[in-house]
Amino acid sequence: MTDQIAPTLLEVQDLEVEFDTYGGTVHAVRGVSFDVHAGKTLAIVGESGCGKSVTVQSIMGLIPSPPGRIVGGTAKLRGREIVDGETIDGDIVRGSEIGMIFQDPMTSLNPTMTIGDQIAETLQVHRGFSHGQALARAAELLEMTRINEPRRRARQYPFEFSGGMLQRSMIAMAIACGPSILIADEPTTALDVTIQSQILDLLRDLQQQNNMAIILITHDLGVVARMADEVAVMYAGEFLETGTADDIFYSSAHPYTVGLKAAMPTNRDESEQDLMPIEGSPPDLFAPPPGCAYFARCPRAMGACQNDPPPAFQVGSGHATRCWLHHADCPRRIEDLHYAAPLEGRDA
Amino acid sequence: MTPLIEAEGLTKHFDLGRHQTVHAVDDVSLHVDQREIVGLVGESGSGKSTFGKTMLGLLDKTAGQVKFQGETLPQSYAPGDFQRHAQTMQMIFQDPYSSLNPRMTVGEIVGEGLRLHTRLSGGEVRDSVAEWLERVGLNAAHMSRYPHEFSGGQRQRIGIARALIMKPEFVVCDEPISALDVSVQAQVVNLLGELKESMGLTMLFIAHDLSMVRYVSDRMAVMYLGSLIELGQSNDVFFHPKHPYTEMLVGSNPEPDPATERARGRTAVRGEIPSPVNIQPGCRFANRCPKVMDVCRGTTPELKNVPDPEGREPDRLIACHLY
Repeated sequence: MTDQIAPTLLEVQDLEVEFDTYGGTVHAVRGVSFDVHAGKTLAIVGESGCGKSVTVQSIMGLIPSPPGRIVGGTAKLRGREIVDGETIDGDIVRGSEIGMIFQDPMTSLNPTMTIGDQIAETLQVHRGFSHGQALARAAELLEMTRINEPRRRARQYPFEFSGGMLQRSMIAMAIACGPSILIADEPTTALDVTIQSQILDLLRDLQQQNNMAIILITHDLGVVARMADEVAVMYAGEFLETGTADDIFYSSAHPYTVGLKAAMPTNRDESEQDLMPIEGSPPDLFAPPPGCAYFARCPRAMGACQNDPPPAFQVGSGHATRCWLHHADCPRRIEDLHYAAPLEGRDA
Repeated sequence: MTPLIEAEGLTKHFDLGRHQTVHAVDDVSLHVDQREIVGLVGESGSGKSTFGKTMLGLLDKTAGQVKFQGETLPQSYAPGDFQRHAQTMQMIFQDPYSSLNPRMTVGEIVGEGLRLHTRLSGGEVRDSVAEWLERVGLNAAHMSRYPHEFSGGQRQRIGIARALIMKPEFVVCDEPISALDVSVQAQVVNLLGELKESMGLTMLFIAHDLSMVRYVSDRMAVMYLGSLIELGQSNDVFFHPKHPYTEMLVGSNPEPDPATERARGRTAVRGEIPSPVNIQPGCRFANRCPKVMDVCRGTTPELKNVPDPEGREPDRLIACHLY
């Protein structure tokens, strides 16, 4: 699936983010690396608190500092350093190069400003438009995001919009300056499935029209399957598995990925197969475990997993996973991974 | 089977003044049999939560009636009615964050119902709370902690323990899993399934996620804009939806499988759920329906039994002029 010709827009290497709190230091992001390609969608999938939002917020320079700090790693946008040590060049990034939409459109917009003014503000600040020009452009953007009667709607306030329309307005605002990357942080979690379907279609259309890259953050594997070219499975501040969507769904190489899949209801077969929850909860990031972060919940855990952090093993072209099961000397066969939750579709 | 609880023509309107009325629930008849779980699904704003609350008496009924074990419940509850029904009917709420009092310990929250409605001694209440915390997968030692010390999934378990400690005969679960992570949703769904088996629970399970509901419920009811539009066995409704709205709901559910999703065309979903204020006659779904006909705009379709050509499905009720 990965088109190697697509130019790399953003390269993130070994990003580490910490937060100082009364209870100690939270190691929220612990060394993640990823590339974002033009016109492609990277999905970061994981449970609440795994650090997926912090990862993208730190690239946007949205981490409040203090208490947040970027303690390591680099990020390059079109080859230009944007995160180096602790400084983030937020002005280059925000608004013009990277746009962002948030999970909860109801609370992300200013209730005291009209929708049109909020979209126009971006254009006035980043593009130097006059208020009149910016408002006219705002109406065009609302039309692009398929809001009926955009001129009338632009004069209305957020409380007059439904959740789906608010998310469309957020998208209009995020794409106002023609960003090359759109970060969508759980864009449809607060919406009904019917409206989710419309918003995902809209994102995909805008991506194709503008050759925009999308970083999609979600916990819903259905949304990942629908949207993603590449996937990173995040857990306790680390990427446990990265690869193309097909790699992740059909050749899952990490027990956590297998567990997430087994916990999802499917729409297909009428079998009465029970859902298989992942027992337990993620580790405390005040004191991350010394070995594999997933050790305590992993049905395949071995002695080595407790104290030695697994390195990233390449299990295919562009497909990597942090799991000791892939070590050449591992006594267990990797096929073991799937017997607890048989894979559907392809040969397991 | 005898219905445990039965709503007949249940209607709930909210008066906004200036001749504006919100038709939250309009003439819905639905029964839940002993030891049965009925899933109630629909988009936000379809009236499913209002239906659940009106059924329990948390909201006054505008019209229609609810019979519980053959007894007609009052149109509007007096304080004594709540006292009496708290032991037979309970509710599990959607948001595990706002539905637990942050100033009370878990022991106080879970034990409050027993303290108010039974004559158990303090020690007996404590023992019962400890037993229930263990039963929902928490620890008896958690009794002295406060809600903020728990994760979303754990809080939802506290909410479940609080409702079930009363040993109710009927429970309304109002979107009990929608605020939780996928891995935890499965934990809570399986827990409710186990408790159904062990306690013989009867439940109305309200949700907007159809794929989860089918794992939980025996029958599935679909609501749109205050009216019931389809009702049948869960798997039948989910895999062979008949009402165009149910088709749309099922069809917009993304499948965790990239090949299936790549083959998917653009969504057929048009528009959004309209305002429930001052509803006009005709099918409520007509404006969004891909199969709309002239008759749909003027005449309200009745909910009627649609026999399956193969005779497999005995009781599928559909409100649509196509059938």
